[in-house]
Amino acid sequence: MTKMNRPVEERESVVVKFVGDSGDGMQFSGNLFSESAAFAGNDLATFPDFPSEIRAPQNTIAGVSGFQVHVGSAKIYTTGDLCDVIVAMNPASLKANLKWAKVGATLIVDSDAFDDKTIDKAGYTSNPLEDKSLTKYNLLKAPITLLTIESLADLGVDRKIASRSKNMFALGMLFFIFNRPLKPSFKFFDAKFKKDPNLARINKVVLEAGYNYADTVEAIESVIHVSAAKLEPGFYRNITGNVATAWGLLAAAEKSKRGLFLGSYPITPATEILMELTKHKSLGAKVFQAEDEIAGICSAIGASYAGKMACTTTSGPGLSLKSEAIGLAVITELPLVIVNVQRGGPSTGLPTKSEQSDLYQALFGRNGECPVIVIAASTSDNCFHYAYMAAKLSMEHMTPCILLTDGYLGFGSSLFKNPRLANLPPINPPVAKARDKNYKPYKRDPETLAREWAIPGTDGLRHRIGGLEKENITGVVTTDPLNHQLMVNLRAEKVARVANYIPEQEVEGPTKGELLIVSWGGTYGAIHSAIQEMTRAGKKISHTHFNYINPLPKNTGKILKSFKKVLVCELNSGQFVNYLRMQFPMPNIHQFNKVQGLPFMINELTEKFNQLLEEK
Amino acid sequence: MDFINNTVERTTVQLQKSDFESDQMVKWCAGCGAHAILAAVERVFPRLGYKKENFCLVSGIGCSSRFPYYVNTYGIHGIHGRAMPIATGVKVANPHLSVWVATGDGDSLAIGGNHFIHTIRRNVDINVLLFNNEIYGLTKGQYSPTTPMNKVTKSSPHGTIEHPFNIGELVMGAQGTFFARIPDNDLTQMTEAMFEAAKHDGTSIIEMLQNCIIFADKAHFGIISKENRDENMCIIKDGQPILFGADKQKGLRLNGTNLEVVELGKDGITIDDILVHDRYDPNPGIHIMLAKLGPPHFPRVFGVIRSAMFPTYDDLVEEKIRLGIEESPIKKMDHLFKSGETWEIK
Repeated sequence: MTKMNRPVEERESVVVKFVGDSGDGMQFSGNLFSESAAFAGNDLATFPDFPSEIRAPQNTIAGVSGFQVHVGSAKIYTTGDLCDVIVAMNPASLKANLKWAKVGATLIVDSDAFDDKTIDKAGYTSNPLEDKSLTKYNLLKAPITLLTIESLADLGVDRKIASRSKNMFALGMLFFIFNRPLKPSFKFFDAKFKKDPNLARINKVVLEAGYNYADTVEAIESVIHVSAAKLEPGFYRNITGNVATAWGLLAAAEKSKRGLFLGSYPITPATEILMELTKHKSLGAKVFQAEDEIAGICSAIGASYAGKMACTTTSGPGLSLKSEAIGLAVITELPLVIVNVQRGGPSTGLPTKSEQSDLYQALFGRNGECPVIVIAASTSDNCFHYAYMAAKLSMEHMTPCILLTDGYLGFGSSLFKNPRLANLPPINPPVAKARDKNYKPYKRDPETLAREWAIPGTDGLRHRIGGLEKENITGVVTTDPLNHQLMVNLRAEKVARVANYIPEQEVEGPTKGELLIVSWGGTYGAIHSAIQEMTRAGKKISHTHFNYINPLPKNTGKILKSFKKVLVCELNSGQFVNYLRMQFPMPNIHQFNKVQGLPFMINELTEKFNQLLEEK
Repeated sequence: MDFINNTVERTTVQLQKSDFESDQMVKWCAGCGAHAILAAVERVFPRLGYKKENFCLVSGIGCSSRFPYYVNTYGIHGIHGRAMPIATGVKVANPHLSVWVATGDGDSLAIGGNHFIHTIRRNVDINVLLFNNEIYGLTKGQYSPTTPMNKVTKSSPHGTIEHPFNIGELVMGAQGTFFARIPDNDLTQMTEAMFEAAKHDGTSIIEMLQNCIIFADKAHFGIISKENRDENMCIIKDGQPILFGADKQKGLRLNGTNLEVVELGKDGITIDDILVHDRYDPNPGIHIMLAKLGPPHFPRVFGVIRSAMFPTYDDLVEEKIRLGIEESPIKKMDHLFKSGETWEIK
């Protein structure tokens, strides 16, 4: 076999998906590919796509695990709708993912994994590699398992163990196709397998074998080059939304000097925040894995009373369980960050899929008049910023804040420019001073209406708070009717006044005109990309994306009124649109909804946008 | 392993009962056993020697849970059943506080049962005053998890058909390190048990047999009343033989794997045959047997039944953090930002 000189094909962006059995190491290959793209200076976004079962039966559709990465030389906003390259390690994964392949996409498949049994298990009636059903694609059949075993024969590695490295062989082929150097991965193996140099060696040999093999394959007619993206100078990393959320909370704890306390119970897809925070004991983070969701939030309320920057993390069903305790934090006017990494519901619903269907719950899901600040992150990396802001606003305004992210943001990753703590906004909670003779539990700041945070152990500030209604200023238990009305009003007004401390809402594109697209939370990437496509085609269309949900930015009404038509797009049956209609009763607010546990596709959005532009 | 000693800051002045009296009107019924428990707390807190700002009272919901409003300390009145996790949060956040929980049999054993056993299992260093009146008082008279079988209440007009919890057995089943049982009509016993609970490192549970004069009056009468206490109440002290009866002529003897009541001087029984109480025994076997005893064949056992040494959750949290700080190069956020795989774009 001979090596060839191949032309280089320049691409602005490429979507690659690694798919295989749950145990095939697809997440590992995908991550390494992402790192290599990051080192080459590309912007990127990734998303792991795995079943909720840990090891579903082998070679079945139910057991397929995937990892999708979108790399580009321009800003990347989504993980991509359709794939340019799919690496499939068995028939089931090919069958499950072919619908995501662009026409003409490159399919790299392990032909050794296609036998009568696996083909049958996947639900194929004939071998797709032979029956000409894949002629629309650029099919690269490679005996990956066999070549992997052969490449390790000299090292005396057992066949069974050797075959486990086949994901590295496939990755090596991709590295050749994308003209990526192998060195950074070699360094990574050395670090990861420090205790077992033999494993590092195996991975290196197989990766290189895959690379060299690809060089001899005639079907690979050109290599792909994705230029470096023009990013702001600085130090970058690839970060998942859940880790970014954890770091945002840690940063707020250090900035406010209050120390972090997390009370949490494991739940998909929020558990990674708990696991990340518990690693950082050296930063003083106190993490309590509670016996249930209720104990998680209640311990956080206790810690908040005792003066910590307290948080609890969960997903939809867990938020339901925490509802009563959120009310306690509201009436005791204690700071508390509640992170809800949304998933498909109701009930257990779709644990590993994503939706925006907990908005009503975040806004209204409690007994009594019970307002809280609600914020939503919109990209994996800005989970850091919004977690930080949730903590800042909660502490400075002495009221709980719900931060909404979702499974796609939490599990997905994007590039994150390393901040410096000194450059983050200051956090100054209203901590009561020792021996203040005028201290009263519910005396309020005239601007924010926040009460003071009097921390147990402080001289001269002993006081009692609790779930019973209190007299304003003194904090004495009372059922006085007018006092209750006053306290209800004060708690609502306190949250409403947060609008004075958040940025005004921005519009991308013309600030008035025919059509405004409204979105919030995790759908930013898809909607932004769809609008970009429309703008390039000469359509006049504007976009405003909300991160601050309650209160809304002060100029929200003004923006909505500047357009003939407003279209609110969200992954639920219309929760944000109704929330807007409540506050701005206008007849021209339309809605576009999808509740399938899937993100918006760019083409379904542009179709809807065009339809609204054409309707008179 | 070196333990971090989470000591509570001490006061430099002698505190009085008045230092802990709140200005709030106490709204329990006249004749309720809770008044006596409040009096005992006001007597114990100044004697502990802690700074008065370092006490924190936590409660759930129910008559007992109004307690924090009636004592002048830092306090938080929580939601039904959740006093234990709230107290855990307070203690872990600041281990230098002396944290006390006021709760009832409904609050801790029904709606809060899960938190109760897990807090005990972790051995968080908090002191729990469990007001056991064998009834739901604040909701006006429904049966609770400690109401005796067959008892007629407002929600069991034909008698309950549920087996009640024995609190001591539950505590020790959950690996509890401290359990005391006391009656609400004996200030000395109450203050002693509270003092011991405060000294104990770990979750201290004091079951207080409290009388609800309205909905379950005299529920504990058969044991703790003047008429019955000599025969049915056995107060135990560490290191002393377990005796009871009007003239302390009866005692408990360990016969094989069972306890039995014996009489001194009868059938050759001497004081040497009587079981000597060891509340510090790490093995809870005898402690569980003692906690389970009761009429008609045995007396009910009172006093500190168990007080065993085990590491506390809050100490271990501090220890792990100390080790983390010692071992990790990441001492602040700016170090974390620079850690791991990062690259520069110029």
